Amino acid sequence: MKIANKKVTAERLVRDALEKARHFSDYHIFTFLDEEGALARAREIDARIAKGEKVGRLAGVPYALKDNFLSERGETTASAHILEGFTSPVTATSVAKLEAEGAIMIGRTNLDAFAHGSSTENSYFGPTLNAFDKTRVAGGSSGGSAVAVALDIVEFATGTDTGGSIRQPASFNGVYGFKPTYGCISRYGVVAMASSTDCVGFFTKTPEDMDLLMSIASGKDPKDMTTLDDYYDDSKIEKVKKIGIITEFDNESVDVEIREALKKKCELLKSKGYEIVELSMPALKYALAAYYITVPAEVASNLSRYDGVRYGFRSKDANDLDSLYGKTRDEGFMSENKRRIMIGNFVLSSGFYDAYFLKAAKARTLIIEEYAKAFEQVDFILTPVSPNPAFKLGEKVDDPIAMYLEDMMSVSLNLAGVPGLAIPAGKTKAGLPIGLQLVGPRRSDKSLIEFSKELI
Amino acid sequence: MKFLPTIGIECHVQLATKTKLFSEVDNDARGKEPNACVSPVCFALPGMLPRLNGEAVRLAILAGRAMNCEINPVSRFDRKHYFYPDSPKGYQITQFYQPIIGEGYVLLSNGTRIRVEHAHLEGDAGKLTHFNDYSLVDLNRVDTPLLEIVSQPDIHSARDAHDYAKELWRLMTFAGVSLGDLYNGNMRFDVNISLAPEGSSELGTRAEIKNLNSFRSVFRAVEYEIKRQTKILEAGEKVVQETRGWSDAEGKTLAQRSKEEAKDYRYMPEPDLPPLRLSAEFIAEESAKLPLMPADYREKFKDVISNDILEVLLDYKELMEKLDEIDNKYIKPISNLFSSVLLAEEKSAEYLSSLPSAKDLMKLAEMNASKELSSTATKEVFLRLFDPQMKGRGTEQIAKELGLIQENDLGALEAIVDVVLKKPETQKAQADFKAGEEKVIGFLVGQVMKESKGKANPSAVQEILRKKLV
Repeated sequence: MKIANKKVTAERLVRDALEKARHFSDYHIFTFLDEEGALARAREIDARIAKGEKVGRLAGVPYALKDNFLSERGETTASAHILEGFTSPVTATSVAKLEAEGAIMIGRTNLDAFAHGSSTENSYFGPTLNAFDKTRVAGGSSGGSAVAVALDIVEFATGTDTGGSIRQPASFNGVYGFKPTYGCISRYGVVAMASSTDCVGFFTKTPEDMDLLMSIASGKDPKDMTTLDDYYDDSKIEKVKKIGIITEFDNESVDVEIREALKKKCELLKSKGYEIVELSMPALKYALAAYYITVPAEVASNLSRYDGVRYGFRSKDANDLDSLYGKTRDEGFMSENKRRIMIGNFVLSSGFYDAYFLKAAKARTLIIEEYAKAFEQVDFILTPVSPNPAFKLGEKVDDPIAMYLEDMMSVSLNLAGVPGLAIPAGKTKAGLPIGLQLVGPRRSDKSLIEFSKELI
Repeated sequence: MKFLPTIGIECHVQLATKTKLFSEVDNDARGKEPNACVSPVCFALPGMLPRLNGEAVRLAILAGRAMNCEINPVSRFDRKHYFYPDSPKGYQITQFYQPIIGEGYVLLSNGTRIRVEHAHLEGDAGKLTHFNDYSLVDLNRVDTPLLEIVSQPDIHSARDAHDYAKELWRLMTFAGVSLGDLYNGNMRFDVNISLAPEGSSELGTRAEIKNLNSFRSVFRAVEYEIKRQTKILEAGEKVVQETRGWSDAEGKTLAQRSKEEAKDYRYMPEPDLPPLRLSAEFIAEESAKLPLMPADYREKFKDVISNDILEVLLDYKELMEKLDEIDNKYIKPISNLFSSVLLAEEKSAEYLSSLPSAKDLMKLAEMNASKELSSTATKEVFLRLFDPQMKGRGTEQIAKELGLIQENDLGALEAIVDVVLKKPETQKAQADFKAGEEKVIGFLVGQVMKESKGKANPSAVQEILRKKLV
């Protein structure tokens, strides 16, 4: 990526990015553009460069921030009505780390409200359009961030991935999207969706950029007790021999062109001397069901705090405590938010906890074990990210089950806590990007990114 | 028919940590403005995550050991959901499935053993103040660490309920885990009570009385509830399972919420906090920091201090710690000074925080034993030992300055007696005494005391007089 120096100023980089952002405004990528703030920060960095000061590994690099990261600049809305008007007094740990290296946030990007969705159509501000076909969805929930990188507006963008929210929009828009090992990057200051599966990650144009961002953003954070300190294992880099493919994902429910793209990459790997191993992972068929019980339960819990009492939107029609809660939440949440809150509260309610939540937790353990077994046989696994390329706007928005099925190949990684890197793998005949995901064991993040260069 | 009450008590103890249970913000809101002790985590901003306070874990271990409890090597946190403005997160972080403290027991002074079922860590809620058409929210108390101690239903009388509550308070204050200020809600009690016919193996339907904040209200509420439930059962009716509140002013319990209206808390494992794992070494190391407990003092002083006085003194950790520094031979007189002089003082609470040194106290006891100080003078010097102006000077110096040291030198005393006996005004009394009128000895002793300016030891004077007037 382009780093500011004495010849190419940060101000130049930021001005270019802002101009492109304005140029592509019809894609609905940004919920907020921080022109003034970004330029001020760029000039500050240029001044430091001029003085010969150390300015960091991301000096002057413009980036886009998914609007569910807390930062003191601009409102943090998570594209949800209920957070309208909320300006955070604190900054997310990951954001602080990027900015400490000189990165410059030019704006906040659109998402499905509270990251609930796979198309960015659930945003209160309306959908983001696909970078390659404006009649199609950007994917989601980090749609805005994916398109911002795909259209080359910024060098990189942040994302969050709870069930595929980075990998799927990355694959829909032909860029790299990385969901690290759970606990790699601090979640402090990131609007929570489902705490046990939420991961912070990035969209980039190259594996090298991804590696650089990961080395900056990851690590133990005292403010997030679920962070890891020894995540970055590069001991495997020289030893990769076997790549697994999952037989259960090779069937008619997956688009033919995507299956072809996977075969092509397997041929490429074979030609480079790697062994392709067919793996049967039957427990993965429980993943989608387990995910859509565990995640809504955590969603319902995490969204309890949005009650209109302390910040954000409050219904004007409230006249007592019950209506303050009821009306604020009714008017403030999108339908998909409400659907997940209701499912979550249902599976947690007394009498159903054992039948649903606990069963899903057991299925999750099976999935974790299945991945552990798989990684005894192979070094990494290569699968499609989603069964189809980008679908039409409005095509699935009224069919939640069809929308959930889009996540069938991505959610098991979140349940298992393992890392997955979405890589561009060509295009369909119609010109839509195809993405594949490279999956590794927990804490293999660095070697996984390194290995992805073999697939270019 | 006679009914036997069965009582279990849940006690919430606020732990005296510097910061809150889940964030680094001041835990001591005394004298502060509303919402002054609130972190982004307490306030439940989006994206905020709980961080477990290690000090609260250490205090929980001490509390557990004070109640002879097992400390669980692995415990977990859970979310308990409910909507109310005192709970910004929309849930309370507690330990529903795997608490930190396992089984144990509390020994009452009468020897009754009350088993502890478990104790768990959780965050406290905020406070609402209601006005006519609006309410104000104060979040200062949000996430103050609480230890909830759950007893087995081993209690069968209002007296034992009271004593159990009080003993818990002593354990928590002696262990140093809580300030134990009941007036400010540092400890709150929920009492479960049911009645069953004597000899019955089944328990009756219970009522829960919530939020009692004094030992006296525990006693009164239980007493009231036994009467209320007895009346219902004697009339052949059924007790309703419900939550009741206690009105101190009316002296009765009042129905609040029946079982049907009970909330569904939708418990869920807290995904933001990993399981709390405590090594055996850590538990042993922390347990070793437990200071002497009431049971230890009872054992230690049982032959020296009478039971009644000991139970009074056991309400004051400072006094017990001081007695622990005193040589055995002086414990009895000093404990008497504590119970009959110090605790009778109006400002005794102030005095407790500025106790004299053990050295000064022992010197005082020694001077009293050797009769250098009369019992009245001993009390006076004792109180002066608390005087910030004087306490540095030492017992002996204070006694001298106040001119309270008794003349015990028999030679010197004889000389004074001789002077008095020569005085014309004592002649008649001397004659009367010799004639058998016993009570005039008082007058003569008084004259000698006057001559000695009060420094003579009156019993020594009387002895000399009796010898001389044979």
